[in-house]
Amino acid sequence: MRWFWIDRFTEFVSGSHAVAVKGVSLSEDHLHDHFVGYPVMPNSLVVEGMAQSGGLLVSEQYGFGELVVLGKLAKVKFHSCVRPGETLTYRVRVDTIRNDGAAVSATAHVGERLHAESLLFFARLGDANEALQGERLFRPRDLQHWLSLVGIFEVGVHQDGRRLKEADYPLEECPANA
Amino acid sequence: MASDDEIFEKVREALVDALGVDDDEVLPGATLQGDLDAESIDFLDIVFRLEKAFDIKIERGELFPEDILTDTEFVQDGKVNEAGIAKLRERMPFADLTKFEAEPVVQNLGQQLTVQDMCKFVAHKLAA
Repeated sequence: MRWFWIDRFTEFVSGSHAVAVKGVSLSEDHLHDHFVGYPVMPNSLVVEGMAQSGGLLVSEQYGFGELVVLGKLAKVKFHSCVRPGETLTYRVRVDTIRNDGAAVSATAHVGERLHAESLLFFARLGDANEALQGERLFRPRDLQHWLSLVGIFEVGVHQDGRRLKEADYPLEECPANA
Repeated sequence: MASDDEIFEKVREALVDALGVDDDEVLPGATLQGDLDAESIDFLDIVFRLEKAFDIKIERGELFPEDILTDTEFVQDGKVNEAGIAKLRERMPFADLTKFEAEPVVQNLGQQLTVQDMCKFVAHKLAA
């Protein structure tokens, strides 16, 4: 299974907010087990969608160069069930960001219907983690591929309206991972 | 300037929201990690809430000087040396370090940080 829980960004404003969408489809294997005869999008994966949307928004503030991990769900509420054929819209907003982590508010809607709301905390692991683990936990090339798939550089802008440019985020492959 | 009671109420609210504990568990003598089960990521949550509640800016390492605790100049064999203790006293004038000084094992510092220390930290910031 590929771990992509957003299909694409429709809005991405550096350091501020972003909107991403995810179409829920019966062609997704996991829906046939959750639940047999009554497919419902697992709420844990809705959280993952909000976390991926928010995580990339936060990661951009660190130049996409470092690992940002979901550290804590400070709050999460669900209000409905999401069925195949529906489209989830994730809206994420940076509440606070600093050099060691960030707080992000997120909602998930289906059309006008509020499905979920959450407050997420992201921790920036930085170089300390690399030294601790002895290796990088993600390949820059994979991240670059992901950013391109979800269209960050197609819709992304700075707060003054200038476009985000891929060339401004040099994701160089380190020799060990090349 | 906020009174001690006002500071305590706001600190309590921040801890209740950040740690999911009940109001009556947040007593001045309660330790954050021992009694209230705070984990390291919770400190970021708590710091953000305190910044908002008191309109203050808390820099990394200000509440909990992890840089001292990981510096080999101040830590030997898992214990903070005299120079380290002096540095901690300087950086944490809000905390009662007496108990820690008796057994200055690095891990003990976080374990011994209390709600009262947190209130004193905020008062110290507001007075600055």
